Amino acid sequence: MKAFLPSGSLRAKLVMQLLVVAAVLAVALYFTVRSTADRAAEAAQDAILGAATTSIAEQLRATDDAIEVDLAYATFSMLGAMGQDRLFYRIDIGGETVTGYNDLPPPVVGPASLAPEFYTSPYLDTEVRIAAVARSIVVGKGPVPVLVLVGQTRQGQAAIADSLANRAALIGVGFFVLAVPLSLLSAGSVFNPINRLAEAVGRRGPRDLRSVRHPAPRELAPLLGALNGFVARLRGALSQTETFIAEAAHHIRTPLSTVRTEAEIALRQSDDEGTRVRLRSMIRGVEASARSASQLLDHAMVLYRSDQLERVEVDLTQVVRNVARAFEPTAELREVYLVVLGDDAPLLTKGDPLLIESALRNLVDNAIKYSPVETEVRIVLSQADSTLRVTVFDQGRGLSGATTADLTRRFTRGGNVGDVVGSGLGLTIVAEVAVALEGTFELQDVETGGTCASLSLPQL
Amino acid sequence: MRQLILAAALALFAHGAAAFEVEDDRMFGAGTGAEISVLSTTDTEIFVPLIEAFLARNPTLRLRYVVASSQEVYRAIRDEGVAFDLVISSAMDLQMKLANDGFAAAYASDAVAALPAWARWRDRLFGFALEPVVLLASRRAMEGLEMPRSRRDLIDLLRANPARFNGRIATYDPHMSGAGYLFATQDARQTDAFWRLAEVMGRLNTRLYCCSGEMIDDLESGKLALAYNVVGSYALTRLPNAPDIVVIEPEDFTVTLLRTAFVPKAAVQSKLGGVLFDFMLGPQGRALIDGVADLPPLDQTALAPHLRPIRLDPGLLVYLDQIKRQNFLAEWDAAMTQP
Repeated sequence: MKAFLPSGSLRAKLVMQLLVVAAVLAVALYFTVRSTADRAAEAAQDAILGAATTSIAEQLRATDDAIEVDLAYATFSMLGAMGQDRLFYRIDIGGETVTGYNDLPPPVVGPASLAPEFYTSPYLDTEVRIAAVARSIVVGKGPVPVLVLVGQTRQGQAAIADSLANRAALIGVGFFVLAVPLSLLSAGSVFNPINRLAEAVGRRGPRDLRSVRHPAPRELAPLLGALNGFVARLRGALSQTETFIAEAAHHIRTPLSTVRTEAEIALRQSDDEGTRVRLRSMIRGVEASARSASQLLDHAMVLYRSDQLERVEVDLTQVVRNVARAFEPTAELREVYLVVLGDDAPLLTKGDPLLIESALRNLVDNAIKYSPVETEVRIVLSQADSTLRVTVFDQGRGLSGATTADLTRRFTRGGNVGDVVGSGLGLTIVAEVAVALEGTFELQDVETGGTCASLSLPQL
Repeated sequence: MRQLILAAALALFAHGAAAFEVEDDRMFGAGTGAEISVLSTTDTEIFVPLIEAFLARNPTLRLRYVVASSQEVYRAIRDEGVAFDLVISSAMDLQMKLANDGFAAAYASDAVAALPAWARWRDRLFGFALEPVVLLASRRAMEGLEMPRSRRDLIDLLRANPARFNGRIATYDPHMSGAGYLFATQDARQTDAFWRLAEVMGRLNTRLYCCSGEMIDDLESGKLALAYNVVGSYALTRLPNAPDIVVIEPEDFTVTLLRTAFVPKAAVQSKLGGVLFDFMLGPQGRALIDGVADLPPLDQTALAPHLRPIRLDPGLLVYLDQIKRQNFLAEWDAAMTQP
C-alpha cells in the first residue's frame, strides 16, 4: 500500500501500476476468450442442433392412418456426442404433442418456415438450448401446422469454453509472471537518468551554484529547468544579500567616523566631567559599531571572493610581514611587542592574497586586542609536509574552554571578553578563508597562559 | 422418507394398482448398520455370490435385493419414485432414458473414471458387464446341418430347411420384452438383413417368448431348434448341464448389451450405492460377475472384433419414441404374421 502514497517510491509505484495493468489485461484476456469461445461453441452446436431439428421436421409425413416420424438414431447419437449432452424433443402436430416430451417449452414466437429458431430455457432440473422448426404437413383434407423442438443441454459447449478460457487464463498468468521482471527492468531503466542526474547534482561542492548542464531525458527538462531556475534565484539572492551587507556596512562606517571625530572634539572641549564620561562611552560605542561594520564588510568580501575564487601565487612570508608592519602602530599604542619569527625565504601558496591578508589581519588584531600591556605577540611562520603554517601566540586570557568550532560561529564570542570591543566575526572570517583555500584553522590554549591560533595552508 | 415411500409403494402394490411388479425381494446380511437397497433386472441367484462377497467386506451393512423386469424397474424409478440406492438393468435404452431425463445422480470414482468412453454416459450411467446377444442352437435339431455363423447363413439355413424349423424357432416378443425390442431395433439399425430374417422367421411360424429362461428350457427339451437374440449369459450359466445347446455369436456382428447401473437421485444411501458399484467394478467384483454370472468383463482391449457394444448415448432414446415404436412394431408384426 505504501507504493500508492504520494511519498512512496516512484519505482515501486511504477512497477505496481505495470503489474496491475498486466493483471487487468490477463483477466480481460480470460473473459474475452471465454465469451468468444462460448459464442463460437454455441454457434457450432446450434448449427448441428438446427440441422437435426430441420431434418426431423422435413421427414415428418402423414399417412392414411398414422404419422410417420423418422427420428434418426445417428442424429441423436451425434447430438449427444460433443459433451454427452442430454436430449429432449417434442413434436406437435396441429397444436397437439404427438410424441416426445410434451412439457418441453415451445418458443415464444413461432419460428418462420423451416428456419430453426434457437432459445435457451430451463427444463426439468437443468437448462436446455432448444431449436424449434415449424412447417405444415397435409393430414386428411388440409395443411396442419407442425412444430418440432429439439432441446439439448450444453455441457459440451461449457466444457469447450472452459478449456479454452482456462488455456487463456494460463497464458494470462504467464504474461503476468513475465511482466514482473520486465516491469522491474523497465522501471529501472526509466529511473536511471534521474539517478544519474541526482548523482551529478550531489557531487557538487557546497558553494557550487552553477546551472546544471547534465544531459537528461525530455521528461526531466521541466525538473532540470526548475532546478536551474532555483539555483539562479538562490545565487542572485545570495549575492544580493552580500552586496547589501557590504554596502550597508560601508554606508554605516563613513558617518560613524564623522560621529567619532565630532565626539572626540567635543570631549576635548568639554570640562564637565559627566558629559566627558558620556562622550567617552559614546566614542567606545561608535568604535564598536565601526569595527562591526568593518568586519561585516570584510566577511562579505571573504564570502564573495571565496565564491569566485581566483588563485594566484602568494608569498605567505611577504603577506605576514606586511600585516605585521601595518599593526606596528596599534601594537605600540597598546604597549604590546609584535614579533615575527621565521625565515625570510618566500613560502608560496596558491590563493587569493586579499583573503589571506584579511585572515591574518583578524588573527593579529585579535592577539593584540586581548594582550595585556607589556606582553609579546609572536607570529611564527613554519613549513612541514607541504603545509604552510602561520601561528600567532599571545599571552592574553586564553579561550577559557571554548572550542574552535564555538568561536568560529558568526557573532559568537568567548565568555571572557566582556570588556573588549568585538563583533564575533573575526574568527569566522579566518575559518571561512581556511575552508575556501583548502587549509585548516585551529585555536588552542597555551599552557603558560595565552592563546595559540594557527592557520595552515597547502604549499604550492 | 424412504420407509414412507416404500410403505406407500407396498400399499399400492397390495391394492394391485400402479405399483411396480416385484419378482423377488430378498434381504442379505445381518449387520446392524445401514441398509442398501438395490433394484435389478438380474436374477438373484446370479448376484448372490457378489452380494455375499460385498457383505463379507462390509459386515455391518444389510442389502436388500429387489428383482423386477426392466419395464417395471423403469416404472418404479420414473413414475413411482421408489427410493433405491443402485439401479441395475440390462435395458440400456430405458436406463439411458432415465439418466437423460434426470433421474440419475452424478457419481464419480476412480473405478467409473477408468471405464471406456462408450461404457459410460457422463457421470450418470455406467456399464459394468458386456452381454453378447447370441443365437442358440440345439445339436440334436441341427443334426446333419452346418452350424450357421452369420445372419446370412441363418437365412439360408431356414430357407433351405423350412420343414425342419417350422414352429421350432424362437425369439423374444418385442411387444412384451424390453430387451427383445432393444435387440430387434439394434439389429434393424445395424443391418438390412434383419428384415429379411424377420420375414423368413415369420413364414416359419416363429414362437415369441417373453423371457430367455423359457426359451432355453424349450430348447433343452427339444421343442425348439434355434433361439435367436438370446442374452448369452443365461445360456452360458446353464451350459454345463445342457450339453445339447450351442452358443453362436454371429460373426457379421454380435450386438453386445451393456449391463448398466446408476445411483438414482432419490437414493437414501447414495454413497453406499456408489460403494457397491465400485465393488462390482473392482477386481473381486469383476471376477465374480465374470465367473458366476458368466458376463464378460468390460474391457475395451479384450473386445473381440465381432462384438458391437451398444453405445451409451442419446441414440438409444430414438426407439423409445412412441411413434417410432409403433411403426417398428407394426413393421415387425407384418413380418411375423403372414397369410
